[in-house]
Formats: sequence, structure tokens, C-alpha cells
Amino acid sequence: MSINGKAYIAGAYEHPTRKAPDKSVAQLHAECAVGALADAGLRKDDVDGYFCAGDAPGMGPLSMVDYMNLRVKHVDSTDIGGSSYIMAVGHAAEAIAAGKCSVALITLSGRPRSEGVQTGTAARPGNPQIADSPWESHFAPVTTNVYGMVAKRHMHQFGTTSEQLAWIKVAASHHAQWNEHAMLRNVVTVQEVLDSPMVSDPLHRLDCCIISDGGGALVVVKPEIARQLKRPLVKIMGAAEAPKGQMGGDVDLSYCGAAWSGPAAFAEAGVKPADMKYASIYDSFTITVLMQLEDLGFCAKGEGGRFVMDGNLISGVGKLPFNTDGGGLCNNHPANRGGITKVIEAVRQLRGEAHPKVQVPNCDLAVATGIGGLLGSRHGAATVVLGRE
Amino acid sequence: MSERKITAPANNPESEPFYKAAEEGKFLIRRCTACKKAHWYPRAVCPFCFGETAWEEASGKGVIYSYSPMRRAGYTLAYVTLAEGPTMMTNIVDTDPDSLSIGQAVKLKFVPTDGGPPVPCFTAA
Ligand SMILES: [Zn+2]
Repeated sequence: MSINGKAYIAGAYEHPTRKAPDKSVAQLHAECAVGALADAGLRKDDVDGYFCAGDAPGMGPLSMVDYMNLRVKHVDSTDIGGSSYIMAVGHAAEAIAAGKCSVALITLSGRPRSEGVQTGTAARPGNPQIADSPWESHFAPVTTNVYGMVAKRHMHQFGTTSEQLAWIKVAASHHAQWNEHAMLRNVVTVQEVLDSPMVSDPLHRLDCCIISDGGGALVVVKPEIARQLKRPLVKIMGAAEAPKGQMGGDVDLSYCGAAWSGPAAFAEAGVKPADMKYASIYDSFTITVLMQLEDLGFCAKGEGGRFVMDGNLISGVGKLPFNTDGGGLCNNHPANRGGITKVIEAVRQLRGEAHPKVQVPNCDLAVATGIGGLLGSRHGAATVVLGRE
Repeated sequence: MSERKITAPANNPESEPFYKAAEEGKFLIRRCTACKKAHWYPRAVCPFCFGETAWEEASGKGVIYSYSPMRRAGYTLAYVTLAEGPTMMTNIVDTDPDSLSIGQAVKLKFVPTDGGPPVPCFTAA
């Protein structure tokens, strides 16, 4: 069974806050739910499916369904890190296609900025019952150095340069200047990225995403409901996820799980990467984008550095407009999880509701893809292909 | 740069024999008795064929697969590919990070931890 055409994204909402010391995490989830349902033109009582992931406080769906007082018949809180919400779009479509629910709500929220979380550089304490921890935690694998090893290897294997990676941040910053909610709105140059402090060699501070509070929500509905609503029709055409780890010691950092999730999602959708008018690509770091571009098939393996140069990812300038909201690099990375904002901006593009300065003309096909967890050790890739009907 | 103090490893029944041997200066890996392939990190069930596995002493020789120095924090995270085959996460110690390169030969050095058994780090061969 395919999910192609079996479900639509009817509501999408990105919380405008980037710092929320005065709100609880559950409150942010609920505010995002209110926003996405209003965007869809649906009511609270229409929701009969609920999806969340590791950011949801308490016992995931039990706590959040209770907080929002939902009456649902299908829940899912599978956590694969920041890409969970891209995967949740696919899982919601599967549940709807199977008749398990009709209106699926997906929420994400968190406050790492208010809580002062050193997201990228803080070592995680060892936990003997986490299988890898007795072998790794004492070596202090943090977010930045695990991604840094992927970048270092890519440079060694394919000749990728820091200048090329910097172009990814430059493109995101060109888009963020038009987003009034973006945390960083300054357009930056390649040189400014290279001149920013080295965090974990070869990644500079400006190769890293921001840390922000906030959240987002999506409403996925069955076709009959989507057609009754007043919103443009955004069809879910294909979806796939793929966890990838160290493969028993056969570590290979030259590709990521998107090499599996991407082709599967495109195949289900019956389209090719070259057909995409727009791409939302999870940008926890510049290297995360480069890896996914190659593994989704936008360019050959090893060609990512050349592909992103000279503004090729800038809307109106290059061949593949990406992250036109400014992405996690400049706009928003709520709860240290960028998956949901990737889907939200793809929906804006397909509806023609992106900022006029970055709106892709006649945007009828888009992909949203993400990497959650740690790219260089254990990560979860998720890809969804969307089309405007 | 001053090097980071390494915390004691988390330890569970699967890892205890490794760290007991480490205290005697022995570096163990685990190999499958069915498919004969060595793996990392060590586990009771072979990650390649689900066969049974057994400890063996490894050479402690390897090459750097990748690395990422955090100079301000004072340590270098790395993957080292062991002569026996598998690639393991580790720290490169006692070596100027600017002198490192991928493919460089390295050798095992057990480094004391804060209140626990030593952990397998690597240094320039
Ligand atoms: Zn085996």
C-alpha cells in the first residue's frame, strides 16, 4: 500500500517566539496546536490522532493528550531526534490511509534557550544501560564534534572545503533577512563564516545552527476533509525514514540515512530529485545539508561542495532554493529539533505563502528531509515529498 | 592546550570484562564464533549475523578514520580503525591536534579516569 495521495497537510503553524522564559513547554505545544488548527480551519474536537516525540514533557502522548484534553484513537511518539516530525508526517499519512484516524495533530516545542542548554558542546553523562554509553560517553562525543568528524572525513575523501560549507550558511542568511521572526537576520559572507570562532574543527560557530525556544504544529487530514477546507491542497506523496548507526564497527561517514530514506520517498511519490522546485533540508550544521543534498540525489556523491557554491541554494539566484525561512542556521531550531519547521516552510512554499522575496514561482513539488540524533554516530533520517494539487 | 580529565566509564555486565582487562593493561575486542568477524563496540550478540561472540586480545594498532579537535575544551574526538577491522570511537591524546591527519597510524594508550578503570585512547604511533 502506498500513502501517495492518501493524506494532506491542511494546517501548519510556527510559533513566533524564539525565547519563551515565561511559558511552559506544554503550553508552547498547545499554543502551536491552536495555531495549526486555526490555519487549517478545524476545531479541537476534530482531532482524532496525535503525534509527538521526545520533546513532549512527561509521558509523551499521555501527558500531552491530557493537557490538551484531546479525545483521540491513534497516538505515536516514535523518537528519532529532530527529524521525528518529518517522519510523523509519514506516519500520520499511514494511519489515515489505514483508517485509524482522520485528523492528525503533530506538535513540537521546547525551551533550550531559556534553560541555558549548551546544546552543541555539553557532554552527556554516562548511562550504563544505554548500549553505546560504556564505550563512548567518557570520550565526550558532543553534538559539534560528532558532526565535525563527518565534515573532516568529507573534506578528506572528496576535497570539500570550509568555503564551500560556508555557502550553505550564506544562503540561509540571505533568506532569513526577510523573515521578521528569524533569530539571525544579518546577511553573512563566506569570509564571515570562516572568521567565526572554530567550535569543533572544521566546524566554525557559523556552521552551527542557532539555539531557540519555540515550536510548531502540523495538521494532517484525509482527502475528503482536505477538500472541504479553504486552504490550498498540499498532498503527501511519499515518505520514508531510515536510522543509521556505526554498523557494528563498519563505520562509514561518507553517507547518511538520507541515502535510504530519500530514494524510498521519491519512489513512492513517483518523482525525481530534479523535479523538486524547493527543498527544506535540516540544517543543524552546514555539513548536514551537504550530506543530505548528495544522498537525496541532488548531485553526485562528493559533488555537494561544488553544488552549494555561488548561491546555488538562494531563492531567485540558484537552481535549488532551500530553507527559505532561514532554516535552523538563522531562523529557528525550537527544542534543538528542526524537523517540523522544515515541513512548515515547505507547506508555505507549496501554498504560495512564503515571503514574496523568497517565494519560488509555481512551486508545485517540494521535499522536506531531516537528520535527527548525531550524524556521525547514530542518527535518524526522514524524508517526505509533498505536492500542490 | 591542557587536556581534559576523562570521566569514569559507565559500566554494565556486557562491558565489565573489558574494563577488568583494561586494569591489567589488556585491550580486548569481541569476535563472532560463527562468522569470525570482529566488531565494535563489544556485544554478546554478533551485530553481523546474530551469532555468539568471544573476547580476544587486540593489537592496539590502528589508523585515524576521522577526528575533530575541540581546542578550547582540550580534547580530540576520533574514530580509529583497528588493525583487526572495526572502527571505534576514542580520544587522541598526547598529540598536537594540528599534527593529526586522517590515515595516520596510531597506537593504543590506556588513560586513567576519574575514579574508574582506564579507557582506550590512542596516540601517534
Ligand atoms: Zn557473526
